[in-house]
Amino acid sequence: MLSSLLFISLLILSLAILACLYRVLRGPSMADRITALDTIGINVIAIVAVLSMMLKTQAYLDIILLIGILAFLSTVAFARYIERGAVFKNEGDR
Amino acid sequence: MKEIVSSTAETGIGLLVLLGALLSALSAFGLLRLPDVYLRAHAATKSMTLGVFCVLSGAFFFFWYFDNYISARLLLGILFVFITAPVAGHLNGRAAYRTDVPLWEQSVQDELEPLLKGKKMNHEAKDMME
Repeated sequence: MLSSLLFISLLILSLAILACLYRVLRGPSMADRITALDTIGINVIAIVAVLSMMLKTQAYLDIILLIGILAFLSTVAFARYIERGAVFKNEGDR
Repeated sequence: MKEIVSSTAETGIGLLVLLGALLSALSAFGLLRLPDVYLRAHAATKSMTLGVFCVLSGAFFFFWYFDNYISARLLLGILFVFITAPVAGHLNGRAAYRTDVPLWEQSVQDELEPLLKGKKMNHEAKDMME
């Protein structure tokens, strides 16, 4: 019962990633693509959690934190890049 | 008795994870169908956060029940997603507005536009003065 429910959830999450991938490829503006990439990162977190439940191991739980931090940092960097043209910039001219 | 408890816990955890997956799918559907960056950001941040909360809390209860292990990493993951998802959504919407991504044609109100325009005018006036 539990393993089949987990398998169905894994399938649904992969379909969600596919839908986000369409938005990444197609998105009319750059901000659309960044939103979709952030959503893909959060989806991957959920997939890792489901996978660690299916394999009954706690070894993958560190990866959840790692992917969360990487997805957040990349989103912030991309947003700053399209807003100001640079990720790091001298703060004096704000 | 023990079997009943075990099967109930299994089903509950499975349904929690399934609910999270369905919420994620709903969020992806919104990302596909909504007409505008700002509306899409609404779908992506809100329901996505709830979906990953359901999946991660399902994993937390799973390891608590089957391994007798209270995972601080999963709790930290939930907390981190809850803190960072709104921040990322806000930064993204701000970047979209500042780079002149157009609103949906049927949007009713844009309260930010007069404020930003006034600020820009002030800057130009200051430049003229100097």
